Amino acid sequence: MSRLLTLENVHTHIGQYHILQGVSLTAEEGEVTVLLGRNGAGKTTTLRTIMGLSPATSGTIHYNGQDITKLPTFSIANGGIGYVPEDQAVFTTLTVEENLKVAMRKEDEAAMARQDYVLTLFPDLKKFWKKEGGHLSGGQKQMLAMARAFVNDNRLMLIDEPSKGLAPIVIESVMEAIREMKKQTTIILVEQNFSMAAGVGDTYTLIDDGETVQSGRMEELVRDEELKRTYLGIA
Amino acid sequence: MDLLLNLTVNGLATGMLIFLLAAGLTLIFGLMSVLNFAHGGLFAWGAFSGVFFYGVTGSFLISVIGAVLTGVVLGFITEKLIIKPVYGNHVQQILITLGFMLVLSEMLKVVFGPNQIAAKTPDYLSGSWEAGGVILIKYRLFIILVGLLVFAVVQFILKRTKIGLVVRAGVINKEMVQALGIDINKVFLYVFMAGAGLAALAGALMAPYSGVVYAEMGLEFAILAFIVVVIGGMGSFPGSLLAAILVGLAGSYMAYFVPSLSLAVNMILMAVVLIFRPQGLFTAKEA
Repeated sequence: MSRLLTLENVHTHIGQYHILQGVSLTAEEGEVTVLLGRNGAGKTTTLRTIMGLSPATSGTIHYNGQDITKLPTFSIANGGIGYVPEDQAVFTTLTVEENLKVAMRKEDEAAMARQDYVLTLFPDLKKFWKKEGGHLSGGQKQMLAMARAFVNDNRLMLIDEPSKGLAPIVIESVMEAIREMKKQTTIILVEQNFSMAAGVGDTYTLIDDGETVQSGRMEELVRDEELKRTYLGIA
Repeated sequence: MDLLLNLTVNGLATGMLIFLLAAGLTLIFGLMSVLNFAHGGLFAWGAFSGVFFYGVTGSFLISVIGAVLTGVVLGFITEKLIIKPVYGNHVQQILITLGFMLVLSEMLKVVFGPNQIAAKTPDYLSGSWEAGGVILIKYRLFIILVGLLVFAVVQFILKRTKIGLVVRAGVINKEMVQALGIDINKVFLYVFMAGAGLAALAGALMAPYSGVVYAEMGLEFAILAFIVVVIGGMGSFPGSLLAAILVGLAGSYMAYFVPSLSLAVNMILMAVVLIFRPQGLFTAKEA
């Protein structure tokens, strides 16, 4: 197993606010790393900083051995990082088909085969192929956002709160898709629902007030009642 | 009836010219959220360079192509030097592009002289046809055709090509487009150059229509284009076409029936639309 992504003491400012104040984490190839922490801890900003959308003001980010800290977002994405934002950011007036087409870096045979595979993970998308993104349900939008990131052969996927606001039955199918994706790619997942996170995660990084508090194997955190109570409010 | 048909053809031709100018403006606003007050300057440069190339080559087609290329090159320079530093700041955009508009107008005087220059219509587009008492001026019909053709081509690009998809996606969420691996700044530059090319095309076609070109024509027509963009819905391409036709027709009818209101009619039209649909006839996301 090799280290695919490393953040070292990353600081990020958004306007006058100092959001990330020393985030460090690693993601091993083939694993799911879950970012945990309270609301406003800096989990979403961490993902945005990796993508270059909220660039780091200090610290370093290495991906696949390359320093990507100062790269523009499109270069980071083209390096093989897929991003599923918290608000899904589906292109509302584009159809499901068009949403996927915009995302596809190539439109060759391999890409089409991959699209077919993605549609087996999210069969609803096939059903609503010609429907505009804005007219999909919350769960379908989430699936489209994930499919859009997965339609390319990305080595790393950043997925931000995929279960947020979804019905339990939809959450289960989203999590099932993540488990399937895990077989093919490395994932960094932000997830508030601890039982979901524990079910899919291999490792965790706990962030509090914009700072990494602790990292380790997920099974250790599951057993550590004190840590969960202090930082996640889980009794 | 004949009179009404004549006025309609005139109004449609004027509307199409305004559409060509507004089309670039609305694309630039829709994707890039840039208020480009220098757009009229690019239009004026298109008009002057069209007259210049026509004088040099004697070919109307080459003059139009030369004008469009001039607009595209000026668009490249404008985006790189003027627009890029002020992305995301509308106040700065208004100030700097208004200033650049004046620079472009004054540069016309430096290059082509301070006086207005006569513009000729090519022989094959001069004159008119008469059909059932209706006089159809060839050049006006030609402008209507070009306007419809440009609309169809731009719509095809927006709806049927990958770059069009990227532009439409960029209108909705620029950040996400970048996160998918697309260099949005490059797309911005291309859209700006295309918009500038459309402005120059409008200028090149306007020159024979009005018979003369003058340095201040940019500001004059830019105001009409902005009215059209506001009425059509900021950033909506079909909205701009509809609004331009409305403005053209209203101007044509009013100039004949109520001449005293012909100048005010565009403002009245804009006020009425804004009262009932503040977002304009269409919204940007319907672009």
